[in-house]
Amino acid sequence: MDHRPQAWGRPRDDVYGAYDGSYLQSGGPKTATQSPVVTGTSVVAIKYKDGVVIAADNLASYGSLARFTDVKRLRVFLGTSVVGFGGDVSDMQWLDRHLNELAIDESYDDEPSPSSLLSASPNKGHGKLNAANLHVYLQKLMYRRRNDFDPLWNQLLIAGLDAAGKPHLSSVDLRGTAFTSPSLATGFGAALAQPIMRRHAPTEEAAAALTREEAVGVVQECMKVLYYRDARSLDRYSIAVVTKEGVELKEDEQLERQSWAFAERIKGYGTQTV
Amino acid sequence: MTSIGTGYDLANSIFSPDGRNFQVEYAVKAVENGGTSIGIRCKDGVVLAVEKVITSKLLKQGANKRIATVDRHLGVVYSGMIPDGRHFIDRARDEARSWRDTFKNPIPTADLASRMGGYMQAYTLYQSVRPFGITAIVGGWDSELESGVDGEVGRGPSVGAGGKTPGKKYGGPFLYMIEPSGLYWGYYGAATGKGRQAAKAELEKLDLSADGESSLTLEEAVKEAARIIYVAHDDNKDKDFELEMSWISGADGPTKGFHQEVPKALREEAERLAKKSLEDEDEEEEKKEDDKMEE
Repeated sequence: MDHRPQAWGRPRDDVYGAYDGSYLQSGGPKTATQSPVVTGTSVVAIKYKDGVVIAADNLASYGSLARFTDVKRLRVFLGTSVVGFGGDVSDMQWLDRHLNELAIDESYDDEPSPSSLLSASPNKGHGKLNAANLHVYLQKLMYRRRNDFDPLWNQLLIAGLDAAGKPHLSSVDLRGTAFTSPSLATGFGAALAQPIMRRHAPTEEAAAALTREEAVGVVQECMKVLYYRDARSLDRYSIAVVTKEGVELKEDEQLERQSWAFAERIKGYGTQTV
Repeated sequence: MTSIGTGYDLANSIFSPDGRNFQVEYAVKAVENGGTSIGIRCKDGVVLAVEKVITSKLLKQGANKRIATVDRHLGVVYSGMIPDGRHFIDRARDEARSWRDTFKNPIPTADLASRMGGYMQAYTLYQSVRPFGITAIVGGWDSELESGVDGEVGRGPSVGAGGKTPGKKYGGPFLYMIEPSGLYWGYYGAATGKGRQAAKAELEKLDLSADGESSLTLEEAVKEAARIIYVAHDDNKDKDFELEMSWISGADGPTKGFHQEVPKALREEAERLAKKSLEDEDEEEEKKEDDKMEE
């Protein structure tokens, strides 16, 4: 039995002889992105008392090749939220342009954004769409693309504030799966960084007790562990702190105080004989 | 009025024997009845202002904005028939978006003016349509920075995108006015609507000309704009109005290259100064009259 999709609905070769498919389209069923090409690795984020800290390294890999080393995977939306992108970089660029259009739509509206009202600064951008709204929007976008069999091959973290001005952190993946948590990580970070962050912020209450310095410290620690263990990562990274005052984004940070001493104890790789 | 067109005004796209399109001229009349709008281009930005005549006490104060954002760096204000203006804005937003879809960067102000000028001109050509009953003022700031492209993720080459002459200035403030005929020019200061004559006279007194050498700062321009709208309103005193103002500065200015409403505090300060300047003028005139009486 021929199980290839190209053979679906066609007369069986073993009964009717070879099927003459020359007058049919030969491409088979419509296919879209089957796998990501140029990829970004983990995004990590944790909530704290006044906001959210989010970070991602500056690498875009082409398979296992460290192809682009200055890729900014944290994108600011309306000056009030940050979206962190893991997964396919071209899909991220498409989403970035799409969010840019959305931000322009928001600027048509004359109502100033909640953050600009709070900080008494007119320059924080316009629009009422907060991070919680953005999360719902992106979930619906991703789920729809999945149902079109043309998924955007990303996992996104959305960091910002909700309508009540409370810190908001949430995730959407390429299937449209959406959830929130006091700390979140995509990709390899889900295995390596998440346990570290959960030690510091196991619950919403614990996250609400963290200071900004503690949260930034935890995220930096996670980035360092990820650089030690994830072969698709880089020691240059971007980190953003989102509060009601706006977004503080640093895009060219270097991992400090690395120690590779642990590497000596690792056995079972390369030319070693265990 | 009825005898003016003598049959040549019954349809668009028909010239009169002496080379006029009466429908376009009547559209200009519609503009001349609208609330005054002005635009001022100064060295570090553009200010747009409009005299929003209050047509009913049942309308919420400060609602129903007349100045619209077309793209983040572009603003439009218009005088004349408001529904025509709304459609103009819709179209301008579509044009700005389609430019971004194609070129992945913001539309330069000049290109938006050109496209919208072409659009309005098309409405003077066909039997099936009428010309726009508005004159629109388009203000924008074209970024002076190396801006890259929308969705760009990296730094790109360290030499920049290229195509630029070293030492030459790029970007800056731009101001255009588009008339119902589709005619558009770039201006240092533009005024249209009912009070345009008075407004133009005031604009001409300002030091706006010459690139970068205009002495007027953006904040001063906001105050001048408020004063000019108050002066232009003077002949129309029996009707109440609201002043609506927006501004666009460069990346290092107060709006960071975005088109935004002028902050409430600055607008109120500008209005206070505008009212004071009008009162002072009245007092001076009275004084002169008193002096004459004494003589």
